[in-house]
Amino acid sequence: MNLIFEKSVPGRTGVLPGPSDVPGTVNIPQSLLREQSAGMPELSELDVIRHFTELSRRNFGVDTNFYPLGSCTMKYNPKVAERIAGYPGFAHLHPLLPQLRMGGMLTQGALAILYEMDLLLREITGMAGFTMQPMAGAHGELTGMMIMAAYHREKGNKKSLVLAPDSAHGTNPASAAIAGYRVVTVPSDDRGVMDVKALKGQLSDEVAGVMLTCPNTLGLFNADIREICDLIHSVDGLAYYDGANLNAVVGKARPGDFGFDIVHLNLHKTFATPHGGGGPGAGPVGVKDKLVPYLPVSIVVKRDDGTYSLEYDRPKSIGYIAPFYGNFGIIVRAYVYILMLGGEGLRHVAETAVLNANYIRAKLRDHYKPAVDRICKHECVFSTTEEMAANGIHALDIAKALIDLGFHPPTVYFPTTVKEAMMIEPTETENKETLDAFIEAMIELAELAEKDPEKLKAAPISAPVSRPNETAAAKNLNIAYL
Amino acid sequence: MEFIPHTAEQREEMLEAIGLTMADLFGDIPPALMAKSFNLPQGLSEQEVRNRLAELAGKNSIDLTLFLGGGFYDHFIPSAVYSIISRSEFYTSYTPYQPEISQGTLQAIYEFQSAICRLTDMEVSNASLYDGGTAMYEAMMMALRITGRNKVIVDDSINPIYRVMIHSYTRNLQIDLAETHCVDGLANRDEILARLDDDTAAIIVQTPNFFGCIDDFTDLAEAAHKKGALLVVSCYPVSLGILKTPGAMGADIVMGEGQSLGMPMSFGGPYLGFMTSRKKYVRKMPGRVVGETLDRNDRRAFVLTLQAREQHIRREKATSNVCSNEALCALTALVYLSLLGKQGLKETAQRCADKASYAYQRLTAIPGVKPHFRAKWFFNEFVLDLPCEAADVIAKLIERGFAAGYPLSRYYEGMENSILICVTEKRTKQQIGMLAEALESVL
Repeated sequence: MNLIFEKSVPGRTGVLPGPSDVPGTVNIPQSLLREQSAGMPELSELDVIRHFTELSRRNFGVDTNFYPLGSCTMKYNPKVAERIAGYPGFAHLHPLLPQLRMGGMLTQGALAILYEMDLLLREITGMAGFTMQPMAGAHGELTGMMIMAAYHREKGNKKSLVLAPDSAHGTNPASAAIAGYRVVTVPSDDRGVMDVKALKGQLSDEVAGVMLTCPNTLGLFNADIREICDLIHSVDGLAYYDGANLNAVVGKARPGDFGFDIVHLNLHKTFATPHGGGGPGAGPVGVKDKLVPYLPVSIVVKRDDGTYSLEYDRPKSIGYIAPFYGNFGIIVRAYVYILMLGGEGLRHVAETAVLNANYIRAKLRDHYKPAVDRICKHECVFSTTEEMAANGIHALDIAKALIDLGFHPPTVYFPTTVKEAMMIEPTETENKETLDAFIEAMIELAELAEKDPEKLKAAPISAPVSRPNETAAAKNLNIAYL
Repeated sequence: MEFIPHTAEQREEMLEAIGLTMADLFGDIPPALMAKSFNLPQGLSEQEVRNRLAELAGKNSIDLTLFLGGGFYDHFIPSAVYSIISRSEFYTSYTPYQPEISQGTLQAIYEFQSAICRLTDMEVSNASLYDGGTAMYEAMMMALRITGRNKVIVDDSINPIYRVMIHSYTRNLQIDLAETHCVDGLANRDEILARLDDDTAAIIVQTPNFFGCIDDFTDLAEAAHKKGALLVVSCYPVSLGILKTPGAMGADIVMGEGQSLGMPMSFGGPYLGFMTSRKKYVRKMPGRVVGETLDRNDRRAFVLTLQAREQHIRREKATSNVCSNEALCALTALVYLSLLGKQGLKETAQRCADKASYAYQRLTAIPGVKPHFRAKWFFNEFVLDLPCEAADVIAKLIERGFAAGYPLSRYYEGMENSILICVTEKRTKQQIGMLAEALESVL
């Protein structure tokens, strides 16, 4: 398909501003102006609409296809949340207004949402206070690591290490590293969860904390989680909860009760805000009491007269990690979602997500190799069987063949602790008919992998393109049309 | 209201197929770790939640006439922008790990990278970062990686919000941050050159800067390069419809806040961080990057590329921890730039400058109101000195229906009477006239 730049016709115009209503034009000296007009496309409005509509048809989304991408919680994004985030009272609100004298009074509705969201997330996670500022999960992790560092600095602790399991999301070690820590990997035991014995061996006064998801990326709940947190606390370390997998326990159990000190949530996962093709998301961070003073500035507080204001005077704070109050438009959507579901609805989310994942696990365990054959939480992980491997079939081939059957593939080759991993997260919003159709497709592909492996290796054949040459993309780098 | 499809019968059927009860499914969680209860409200219907949120939206004042900018702008957004980004094939998809069914997102990101390179006159771009502030932090980290040096010079004419963010992010890292103080509204050459040495990784500057003044950093690029340092330029993308590009100045890394490209102000986000650079530095760049390649049938195809830099491959050795970024906002910017096109972008930028210039003339004609800086070229923002405290005047003008500007005393000493005023193409001659009258009457 042609690029929008290739469709450009010199001289054609699109959306122009109206004629100027002020007298004169300013003559900025030539030396401060660009030599040539910026090379933007020259197209009509319809040309542009056609181009992007055609592009959109070359995508799978949750609204078009089942999207069981493990660890990403691709649930349905309620339309009402989109509509509300677009209310002019939210969308047209300038972020600097509260910094004007009495300006806070001009944004009471927005501040109320930030304040109430803080309270709701505290209750959901068992934490004592939240910042809404982190703009994605990984941004939340970095914020959490900065809070960890501030805590240890204040206490005079000399800490240099952060522990993370071998099954951790790659963002965990990356976030700890850019916050200035050295990362030590803790292996998993034969149950698929963090090995407590190995953890004990790595404990020392140098340990600043541990980063964990629970359930982990294998979809397994670690029954030793409390003991792990206690062990970390015994060296005055902090336990960090990566909330990527909260969907499995939301409304049922709280990371704060497990012993975690810092939590980030992915509002674009558990709380149903759209993934946007890779953002914008939001990654609020919650902390226990002793860490509240370190939260970023500003924080919304409620005054005695019932009005809301922003508190900037926070001497122990880690400072500013975002220019304002985070991805407010995303926070509004998640707030709408929580209000609609309520406490009971959230509990049903976890129960149904876990039910759906176990249903798939039970139906596929005879056809693929389970990474760990026991009850899972929100997702289950399989590998290709030895028979498939003997036929040269990889997880990637199963994934690509699913596309031809109308399904978005699961996450493949993650977690890296499982060979040929296929990580399936159905979420609670999928109906039984869809799950059955997916299961049937997976079984069909398992059979095909033994009978007609070449057919799998050719997949996909129905997508807009077949498998792209990724090696050539990196070698003959072409990342802009200039 | 819940979004769960199962009937009670189906749930039972599924549990039967698994061979377990619902309690069994959570039996792997020690009972002591299950929450006793949650103090959460009852769920609401769609109608209830819409009413409730409409009421909250109503408590936000959006009827003020905005002359407030400060790096975040009230530009006109064509209707077609929203039509496109509301297509659920875009907004309900995720990071394009499976290229065959993500060509829409991937090609759009490739086109976004191309558009931002063209806008800034640079060679390579990433797929977006969270916002302008985090983009500046990432640019600084990138410069440190490239040079292997430890010192960064930042002029205080950059957005002060980004300056405090940089301070926060670097607190745990042993980085030497040298801050220079602008003179006459432009980056302080004398101080910057005095601080520039063989340990310097980068000089970070902005144009138009926080005061709206247009600066040309060609001299700083030359000076930086002579010392083996890089020049990082933060810019306002709409201004590049007419202004000299950072690329033409010799910048090595260009970044900025992309909100002005079709995104509503939305009380601070979601916004769009963008970053462009030189081809030779592409492997040190943070974030996702999309590249063009061929599929098995030699058809054009797009994929995520250079992933060996990224966290999901490199873990603690990654160039950044960025995973999800702001893909839908990047699409928004691309659609906005495509709709305005070559001519529309140029005219929009010119209109901003014309209207700001007119407002400047009207407002400086008011007795007691003076420009703060000696005659300098500005784009669509300028600083005026009032005969009294700016914050006070702004508060009075709010009562008259204007968000008249930003009081600079919050970030700059000795600027108690200074106000930063912004005029976009959306403001009319009549609104500017009314602001001038209102200002005169409250002084």
